[in-house]
Amino acid sequence: MYLFYILLFGVSLLFGCDHQPPAMVEEGAVAQRPDYGDTLLMGSIGEPSNLLPVLASDSASSDINGLVYNGLLRYDKNLQLEGELARSWDISPDNLTITFHLRNDVRWHDGHPLTADDVLFTYRLLVDPAVPTAYADRYLQVVKAEAPDPFTFRVTYGQPLASALVSWMFPIHPKHLLEGQDVTRSPLARRPVGTGPYRFMEWKSGEKVVLEANADYFEGKPYIHRVVYRIIPDPSTMFLELRSGGLDLMGLTPLQYARQTDNLAFKRRFEKYRYLDFSYTYLGFNLRRPLFQDVRVRRALAHALNKQELVDGVLLGLGTATTGPYKPGTWPHNPHVKTYEYNPAKARTLLAEAGWQDTDGDGILDRDGRPFAFTIVTNQGNDARTKSGEIIQRRLQEVGISVKLRVIEWASFIKEFINPGDFDATILAWTITPDPDAYAVWHSSKTGEGELNFIGFKNAEVDRLLEEGRHTLDQDQRKRIYGRFQEILAEQQPYIFLYVPESLPVVAKRFHGIDPAPAGIMHNFIHWYVPNDQQKYQR
Amino acid sequence: MFAQITKRLIMMVPLLLGITLISFVVIHLAPGEPTDLQTQLNPEVSSELRERLRAQYDLDKPLIVQYGKWLGRLAHLDFGESFVQDRRPVAEKIAERLPVTIMINLLSIGLILLIAIPLGVLSAVRRNSLFDRFTTVFVFIGFATPSFWLALLLMDFFGVRLGLFPIAGLKSLGHEYLSFGRQIADVLHHLVLPVFVSAFGGLAGFSRYMRGNMLEVVRQDYILTARAKGLSEWVVIYRHALHNALLPVITILGLSVPGLIGGSVIFETIFAIPGMGKLFYDGVMMRDYPLIMGVLVIGAVLTLVGNLIADLAYAMADPRIRRR
Repeated sequence: MYLFYILLFGVSLLFGCDHQPPAMVEEGAVAQRPDYGDTLLMGSIGEPSNLLPVLASDSASSDINGLVYNGLLRYDKNLQLEGELARSWDISPDNLTITFHLRNDVRWHDGHPLTADDVLFTYRLLVDPAVPTAYADRYLQVVKAEAPDPFTFRVTYGQPLASALVSWMFPIHPKHLLEGQDVTRSPLARRPVGTGPYRFMEWKSGEKVVLEANADYFEGKPYIHRVVYRIIPDPSTMFLELRSGGLDLMGLTPLQYARQTDNLAFKRRFEKYRYLDFSYTYLGFNLRRPLFQDVRVRRALAHALNKQELVDGVLLGLGTATTGPYKPGTWPHNPHVKTYEYNPAKARTLLAEAGWQDTDGDGILDRDGRPFAFTIVTNQGNDARTKSGEIIQRRLQEVGISVKLRVIEWASFIKEFINPGDFDATILAWTITPDPDAYAVWHSSKTGEGELNFIGFKNAEVDRLLEEGRHTLDQDQRKRIYGRFQEILAEQQPYIFLYVPESLPVVAKRFHGIDPAPAGIMHNFIHWYVPNDQQKYQR
Repeated sequence: MFAQITKRLIMMVPLLLGITLISFVVIHLAPGEPTDLQTQLNPEVSSELRERLRAQYDLDKPLIVQYGKWLGRLAHLDFGESFVQDRRPVAEKIAERLPVTIMINLLSIGLILLIAIPLGVLSAVRRNSLFDRFTTVFVFIGFATPSFWLALLLMDFFGVRLGLFPIAGLKSLGHEYLSFGRQIADVLHHLVLPVFVSAFGGLAGFSRYMRGNMLEVVRQDYILTARAKGLSEWVVIYRHALHNALLPVITILGLSVPGLIGGSVIFETIFAIPGMGKLFYDGVMMRDYPLIMGVLVIGAVLTLVGNLIADLAYAMADPRIRRR
C-alpha cells in the first residue's frame, strides 16, 4: 500500500512540471499501474437488514457498510490499529483521555466535508436511549466527548478502558443528514451516505446491492469500478453460480474447498485462499451440575477427546485444534498452556480417581449407583457442531460415559436451555475479537440469567485478571494478564476448546493485487484490480 | 343472490377476528423474541440495553395490550412496521415481494393446467392403456421428487454444463440497460427452470383429478345419448364430456387463490427468488410479529374470498347449483 503511494508520487514528480496532457502520464506508467474498471460480483447468504451501522447487527450489513463508511481507526493487515479518518491520536498520561486528529480532506459522498461534529454526533447517536442500538455499552463509559475544533475529537473516560481505542473503529455517521430526525425512519437505512471507498448506488430487495467506486476517496479511487452483492440464500446455488460465472467471490464450505474445487478446470478460473477464522468452537460444561464440579472429571473428558480427529473429520483438516479463547498466532494467544493429549487410558484413571467406576459391568461408569450420563445440547442449522457432537459422543462412550445429543432450533435453544442454565453441556462457538477482553464471558458477575457466563464459571483470580486487563492499555502488560488467564482456563477446563475453523474465500483469477494476511483478504480491497485485457464487464 | 353475498361477507368478519387472535397468540407462544437476534449471546449488550430495546417494541406490555394495539392499527388498514432492524412498513415489504410470487404461481398453474388437463383426459379416454400407465408413473415421479434436488440437478446440467439457462435470480446483471422487450425475454429466460420445477411437482394432483372427473362423466347417460346420436368420438369427448368434467376444476382454482401469494421457502431459497415464502420464513425465524401477522391476515382474507368466488363462479357455470 505504501509502495503504491510512493510510486504515484514519483510519477507526478517526473511529469508534474512538464505540463504534459494527463493521458500521456497514464501511458508512461501503464506497465506498473493497475487498471481501473470491471465489476466484482460477491455472493451473500443473507439480505442486509439496515445500512445505518448504528442499527445493524448482521454480517451482510456490516460487509457492505465496511465499504461505504469509515471509522476513526481500523485494523491494518496484521491486525494492528492504524488511523483511517483520524490522521493520528494521542492518549493522555493518565490513560483517561484520547484525542483524535482527523484528516481534513475527507468528504461525504454528497460532497459535504467531514468534521469532528460528525464524530461527536455519531457518539451521541450511540448513547441516545431512543436509538435501538446494540452497541451502546462501550460508549456509555465515556464521561465527556467534545470537538474543540473542526478536526479534533476528544473523549474522556472515567477509568482507563483498554477497548476504548478499538471502539472508535465504529463507522462515523453523517450529521448533516441525520440530525434532528428519527434515525429508525431515516431513508439512509436504505440509501446510505458515507465517506468510504465505495458509494451506494442501488438496493433491490432480495436481489442485490450495488456499490460504485468513490472517485474522491481520500486514499485514492479504488480500481474496481463496481461491487455487486448478490443475495443468494442457498450455499449450493451460490456455488453453482460461481462455477457458471455469475459470482466472482464467495466463502466455501470445507467440503466444497476440499472435494469439489480440487480440479484443474476450477483452479484455472479461481484462486482459493485459506486463513484462520475469527471464531472458536468449544464444548462447555454447566459447572452448576454436580457431575462437572470435579476438575478431574473435566480433565478426564479432555483426555478422552481427540481434537485433531474433529478437525480432520468435521472440517476436513481446514482448521486447527485449539487450547484457549484466542486465535493462534495473534498477540493475546498463549501457546504454552497445559494441553491434554488424546489418551483414553489416562481419562479412565482420572475418572476412577474421582470415584467413577463401572461396578455393574454395563459398560457405563457409575458412582453411588448413578451412571455417568449427560446430554450435550447444540443449535440446529450448524452442521459442524452436530457432527462434532456425534464424534464426541462416540469417544466418550469409549471411556464409559453415556452421552445424548440434542439439536434444538436457535430461539428455543437460547430461551429454554442456555439462558436459564438448564443444560449439562453444550457445543457452541464464540467470535474472537482482536481485543482480548473476555469479561462478559468469564467474569463471575456475568453468571445471571441471560448473561454470557452461562456455564457458571467462577474463579477469583480470573475475575481479578479480567478486571485488570480491561483497564490496562499497555500491550505487553495485557499479554501477561491474558496469558495467565489462558493458563487458568487450560488447568480448569470449564470449556474444552475444540477448534478454530478456517475462512475459505475463493476469488476469480482475473482479480489481481490480493494480499492474504492475518486480517484476511479484504483489507486492501481498494487496491485489487483487473488488467484491462481481462476485464469482463465494460459498464 | 345479493343478499346471500352480503351475508357471507358479514360472516367473514368474526371469522377473520378469530383467525387473527389465534395466530397472534400462537406466534407469541413460540420461544424467542424479535430483539433476540440483536441481543442474545452478544458480549456488547447489557441487560438494561436489552430491556430498553424490548420497551421500544412494546414487548414489555401484556399480550392482550399488544394485540389491541395491533388490531387498532389494522382497523386503519395499517399492518405496522417490521420489527427487524430495517423497520420498514410491513405493507411495503409484502408489496415488494407479491408481484414476483403471483407471477411465478400464475405461470406455474397455467403450465400445470395446460399439461395436466389433456394428460388427464387422454388417460381417462384410454384407460389402462400403455399411455395411461406411463403417465401415471411420470406424474407420480414428479410428485415424489424433492424440488430442491431436482432444481440443483437442472441448474448443474442446464446452467453450469450447458450454459443454457441462468442459475439463480430473476434478472441478469445488465438488466437495466436492456430494451423493454429484451428485459421481458431476460426475465422469462430466468423463469424457465423455476416454473418448470414448481409445475412438475403439481402435475400429479391435477392430472389425476382430471382423469377421475372424466371417468365419472363418461359413464353418464347423456354421453351414451351423444354416442347413440352417432356423433364422432372427438365431439363426444371434447364438447360434451370435457365441459362437464371441468366444472369441479373451478372449485380447485378458487381454493388455490390463497396459494397464489404463498411461495415455497425451499424453492425460493434455491433459485434466489425474492418471494413471499422466503419473506414469511425469515419473518418467522426472526420473530418479526407484525410481518408474520400481515402475511397471515392477507392469506386468511384471500382464502375466504377465494372460497366465496369459487362458490359464485360455480353457481354461474352450473345452472343446477344456481337454482337452489
